[in-house]
Amino acid sequence: MKPESPHIALFIPCYVDQFYPEVGVSTLELLEKLGCKVSYPQGQTCCGQPMANAGFERNTVGTTRHFIETFKDYDYVVAPSGSCVLHVKEHTPSIPGLEKEQAELHHKVYELTEFITDVLKVERIDGSYPHRVGYHASCHGQRGLRLASSSELNEEPFSKAKKLLENLAGLEWVQLSRTDECCGFGGTFAVTEEALSIQMGKDRLEDHMVHGAEILTGGDMSCIMHLQGIASRNKQTLQFKHIAEILNEAIS
Amino acid sequence: MSSRSEILGKIKSLKLEQKPLPETPVFAVSNNLEESFVKSILSNKGEIWTLQELEGKIQSGSFPKVYAKVPEFKSFSNQELPSDPHEFADLDLAIIRGQFGVAENGAIWLEDSDLGLRAVPFIAEHLAILLDRNQLVGNMHQAYQKVGMAESGFGLFIAGPSKTADIEQSLVIGAHGARSLLLILT
Amino acid sequence: MSHPVQAAEFLQDAAKAKWHDETLWFVRDKRDKISHTIPEWEQLRELASKIKDNVLGNLDIYLEDFERNATKNGIKVHWAKDAEEHNAIVLSILQEKNCKAIVKSKSILTEECHLNPYLEKSGIEVVDTDLGERIVQFLNQPPSHIVLPAIHLKKGEISDLFHEKLHTEKGNDDPTYLTQAARVHLREKFLGAKVAITGVNFGIAETGEFVVCTNEGNADMGVHLADVHIACMGIEKIIPKRQHLSVFLRLLARSATGQSITNYTSHFRSPAAGREMHIILVDNGRTAQLGRETFRNSLKCIRCGACMNTCPIYRRSGGFSYESTVPGPIGSILSPGLDLKKYSTLPFASTLCGSCSDVCPVKINIHEQLYAWRQEITKAQGTSPKSLSMSLGNGIFKSPLAYKISGTLMRAALKTLPDSLIYNPLNTYGKSRDLPELPKESFKDWYKKNRG
Ligand code: SF4
Repeated sequence: MKPESPHIALFIPCYVDQFYPEVGVSTLELLEKLGCKVSYPQGQTCCGQPMANAGFERNTVGTTRHFIETFKDYDYVVAPSGSCVLHVKEHTPSIPGLEKEQAELHHKVYELTEFITDVLKVERIDGSYPHRVGYHASCHGQRGLRLASSSELNEEPFSKAKKLLENLAGLEWVQLSRTDECCGFGGTFAVTEEALSIQMGKDRLEDHMVHGAEILTGGDMSCIMHLQGIASRNKQTLQFKHIAEILNEAIS
Repeated sequence: MSSRSEILGKIKSLKLEQKPLPETPVFAVSNNLEESFVKSILSNKGEIWTLQELEGKIQSGSFPKVYAKVPEFKSFSNQELPSDPHEFADLDLAIIRGQFGVAENGAIWLEDSDLGLRAVPFIAEHLAILLDRNQLVGNMHQAYQKVGMAESGFGLFIAGPSKTADIEQSLVIGAHGARSLLLILT
Repeated sequence: MSHPVQAAEFLQDAAKAKWHDETLWFVRDKRDKISHTIPEWEQLRELASKIKDNVLGNLDIYLEDFERNATKNGIKVHWAKDAEEHNAIVLSILQEKNCKAIVKSKSILTEECHLNPYLEKSGIEVVDTDLGERIVQFLNQPPSHIVLPAIHLKKGEISDLFHEKLHTEKGNDDPTYLTQAARVHLREKFLGAKVAITGVNFGIAETGEFVVCTNEGNADMGVHLADVHIACMGIEKIIPKRQHLSVFLRLLARSATGQSITNYTSHFRSPAAGREMHIILVDNGRTAQLGRETFRNSLKCIRCGACMNTCPIYRRSGGFSYESTVPGPIGSILSPGLDLKKYSTLPFASTLCGSCSDVCPVKINIHEQLYAWRQEITKAQGTSPKSLSMSLGNGIFKSPLAYKISGTLMRAALKTLPDSLIYNPLNTYGKSRDLPELPKESFKDWYKKNRG
């Protein structure tokens, strides 16, 4: 952490704001516990990801401009979502007149776990969380932001999330058969390819269940919302939490 | 306009950016080439035999029709090389010599001059290849260095017997070509 | 039919769909294991990708080199701008030779050109000799996978088929037994064919030779017994030098099936004495794709099939759900270039998970191209986000929830709509998934209260 205490903005994805306020609260509290000064620019809106992924990136000029204007003056922008971070970095149209700010912003936006490991340089988090935890590596964070080694690549294994979780007392990391397979949410895919989306979600849940996970966690509430929705419909007992909630609970 | 000039013309009109060809670096290879080669052949479902074993099998009548291109087995060869490969339709065993082997994958390099007829290693029911154990390279980069600019009309890497897994991914040896690859290191 | 409809149908047979998923995952797993034994794996991918970059920037020159060298070696070179011309060239060679029956080994290009029906119309018997391809040919189906053509079939189905076609014992579904029956059947075809057709894995500009890889040895069985060998090659299959084969061959079989090399890798440089060798260089949309900057490097593909094996969609929807010759992720970026309207649902048949791009041995950025095709498709269809709720193109967006799901509108909708409507089958999202419970307050509300 820089001594002059940088300005950190919280970027809370719209569905987290609306459906999972506790994830926003945990993210904020966690960062504060780690010594950050964080503010939440209240004018923020949806980043435009659902539109862009549906093939309407060109219609997201307004949301993108708004995003840049909202966040451009901060030193860092941190979001509890790999997917939204990837979107603002890679899938936003270039905004005339704000090119410089936009380019700078791309280097200042971080997903929560990478912010903690790469910017705050936190090597381990100490606390207690005596549960069997399965980690769902959301694809956009996994292969888009490279938050963990990809099972397809021949590279040294690493995982930023695991690094933060593994020292918590009592936490048992559940080893999955397919460590980084997609859950089938995929934004509009969840609706346009409903049958596949559900099947993929069921298969992901199955992997966690057979390996005895008690809590399924991850860095993206969108995937978790989808998985939780299927589990709840099928009366599966797995619990669901964002990694920010676990970390925040563990060190309190 | 001919299709040739149409296709080439379309490509030329794009005036694409020219990117340089990369150099292939030198990669480390196994420090025990023979051991790696044998392991590779076995995992491709080839078999490792000795000269004596093959002689014995031929003598015991396991392979009635034998074509041997190699001097070591000339005395066992009872088939002349035909001009029409169809005449080898019922050949039981072909014995040829490979030029060199590749440790990383068990591939053995052969050219026209090693085969007699191009169909030989495929049409024979069983194929035996003799290979000098000193003629092994580590990987495919070394292999192609060794092939160099050879001008054989046909060149071939054989790494195992004919095989398929097209039915439920179950491995079956002996699809269309030789049902076995018997490798003899000399 | 659109991809979602086909996929839903495939998933109806849950047990078979699960088997399909697990079998292909197993192939991917083998690929992972073997690629991890090669320390320079990522370097090889990078090299392969760079060599192909160079090829795409100099394709005209390499094609001319290839033609010159091949011709010098006695190979007859033909050029076909499209499928029709390709088929006509093949037919004219067959007619000249008075040939009525041919054998063909795995060639995705001839599938793409629909060569079989074309030749059959002219009274020519075409026998696909790759076991998997023969199986699907008996069923009048196209291959469902570019490397594993019959992966959509269970051995029981193949047993029934062979019982009917090859008079094998009823109920005997032992793969060895069935393969043996096919061997006997195809041996006869090999011995009877005067002309053999093969595809091409690599054409080498420097030497004018071409390389064909098989495990079964069917390509070689065909061509070495026939008087005439016709090789059909897409123009993007060119590589500059013979030495470059080392890079591609190290990657190809490992990526495809997890084996270190195919059991046969044949290099055809000139015809055997008294024989003929032809090669047809086919464009059929490739130069158009080369002109599309965003999609150009889809032409780097070496057809290993790894992106299919890894794709969570392909594994659960089967190859036929794509209704294109090349299915799976790579098919979904190649096919819209051939017919944007027909294949408009394919780029949406993805979660953009990116596994395909990471598995691809030539590092094609497949998932980024899927995203880019989506932008093109909505533009071409003249749709706007407002009309999302209406049917877009082939009706892929069935519900307004498609875009509201993550929008703030959703919360309002949830507040005002009764459960019955949210869980109405039309509201696709909620069909098999519960929606999250609505919290008392949003994060923004909480923040105002607590930190404002
Ligand atoms: S796109 Fe890549 S992974 Fe897919 S078939 Fe082609 S080379 Fe293989």
